[in-house]
Amino acid sequence: MTDATNSIGRPSTPSSAPARDFVRIENVGMTFKTKKGPFIALRDIDLTICRGEFVSLIGHSGCGKSTLLNLVAGLIAPSGGVLLCAGREIAGPGPERGVVFQNHSLLPWLTCFDNVHLAVERVFGASETRADLKRRTLEVLALVGLTHAEHKFPHEISGGMKQRVGIARALAMQPKVLLLDEPFGALDALTRARLQDELVKIVAATGSTVLMVTHDVDEAVLLSDRIVMLTNGPEATIGGIVSVELPRPRDRVELAENAQYHHYRTEVLEFLYRRQAHVEQAA
Amino acid sequence: MSAVFATNAGNAAGDAHGKGPARVTPIRPVAGAAASAEADRDSEALASKRRAEKEARRIAQREALRPVVLAVLPPMLGFALFIGVWTLVSQASPQLPAPIKVWHSAVQLFADPFYRKGPNDQGIGWNILNSLQRVGIGFGLAAAVGIPLGFILGRFGFLNAMASPVISLLRPVSPLAWLPIGLLVFKAANPAAIWVIFISSIWPMIINTAVGVQRVPQDYLNVARVLNLSEWRVMTRILLPATLPYVLTGIRLSIGVAWLVIVAAEMLTGGVGIGFWVWDEWNNLNVEHIIIAIFVVGIVGLLLEQLLLLLARRFNYA
Repeated sequence: MTDATNSIGRPSTPSSAPARDFVRIENVGMTFKTKKGPFIALRDIDLTICRGEFVSLIGHSGCGKSTLLNLVAGLIAPSGGVLLCAGREIAGPGPERGVVFQNHSLLPWLTCFDNVHLAVERVFGASETRADLKRRTLEVLALVGLTHAEHKFPHEISGGMKQRVGIARALAMQPKVLLLDEPFGALDALTRARLQDELVKIVAATGSTVLMVTHDVDEAVLLSDRIVMLTNGPEATIGGIVSVELPRPRDRVELAENAQYHHYRTEVLEFLYRRQAHVEQAA
Repeated sequence: MSAVFATNAGNAAGDAHGKGPARVTPIRPVAGAAASAEADRDSEALASKRRAEKEARRIAQREALRPVVLAVLPPMLGFALFIGVWTLVSQASPQLPAPIKVWHSAVQLFADPFYRKGPNDQGIGWNILNSLQRVGIGFGLAAAVGIPLGFILGRFGFLNAMASPVISLLRPVSPLAWLPIGLLVFKAANPAAIWVIFISSIWPMIINTAVGVQRVPQDYLNVARVLNLSEWRVMTRILLPATLPYVLTGIRLSIGVAWLVIVAAEMLTGGVGIGFWVWDEWNNLNVEHIIIAIFVVGIVGLLLEQLLLLLARRFNYA
């Protein structure tokens, strides 16, 4: 843990961990105990994520995408295999892995500022002054464009703004890996597009490594370097990986007429709706 | 147009010895000229427009008053009916004083609420304050013990499993059944009454607090884990605020119970207090005062409840 707690800031040199396998998921399986006996959610998951890479997990609902994300987050422990982040085993949640929850999960009794400050305080509280902590919080709120809403409570702002606070809270810890669990799932299409663009900018500015769960094919192709497609549960595993080699920055309007973009899109759709079709039957 | 009419009317009125506009209407048809008929039509249209405006205003006013009337009227009717029934019953049974008699007695009583004539004859104000003080001490002690205990039980399943059968056993016991234990242990009436308040008002606070802690959404606890918050921060920033509405509900129920119990407890233990006062007035056969005491207990209980509801609303997060 020493490395994680002492140098939580982004490592400037890639030498501390091999760039090829920043996050490693080795032969991971997850079995839940239920009243009807053991339920195998995931099996034989092998995946490595490079530093600075944007990876999406896609699959039908109930296939265990979120379970895999929670494993990387350390919120649950795998029943088999091992997960590594920057060369160390993931034994629990840690500030080097920032999580953005699907339903934003802001604390309703704290203002936007205090929600973010809670994260800042925990990570940098021991080493920085109060003024520094305040500055950090304001900086990250400015990064997601919410300086004007810092004194508002979550119930006073829109769904898109709440999700931005959620992203700000995760970014505030300066995580090495950003874990996003269907971050834009509950938003309308226009807000979602705007936030996707903002996320791309933030990721480009911070150089974050990102693992994102989504069920939106366009979102996956637009944002990702690689799309990891999961088979239907139970006993879900990786069914295929699509490497999206579209140049960045990507423009959603231009991509609409891009043949390569449609090729990737079709590939994912093909997987989801031809090869892994009968989801209701399987679940 | 109205000027023409006014002239006409003025002339006509002049003919009728200037008795004022009240005479105008019957005289108008006599004028008969075409211009006058037109003027009549116009004025009619104008008048109907004015009438419509006035009507609209009246409807708007009525619409604005409607919620107020609907809010005030039913309770007023309820009280009126209550007092009506009471009057009828008091006429049928002469031992029960009529409302008006009780009212006069109350006016007299509240004219000097804070007199002292020896230990057994003090003003109604002192009685109320003494009862409130007992409730305050008993309830305060119950909160000081019950809320932390509820937190512990909510947080640790094993302790909860240990405590819940005991709580289930003791909770339904009638509050006054605890009085002899209090008298035995404390050997004095006043601490025994406080003890009864304590033991009967502690349960809702323990149970509600424990349930509140158990129902803290998993999302918030996940946030705590992901942010790696210290146990102290989890307590102050997540558990306490998330549980507060439950705790306040527990407090409200407890205060209700405490105030219910105080009258009975004081009847048995004596001293100065609203319950003892009821018993004293029963011995004096002053039924008016007993009825006043019933109202006083009701009103104070209502005020306590409203006060806590107000507090609860303050901490209700949307």
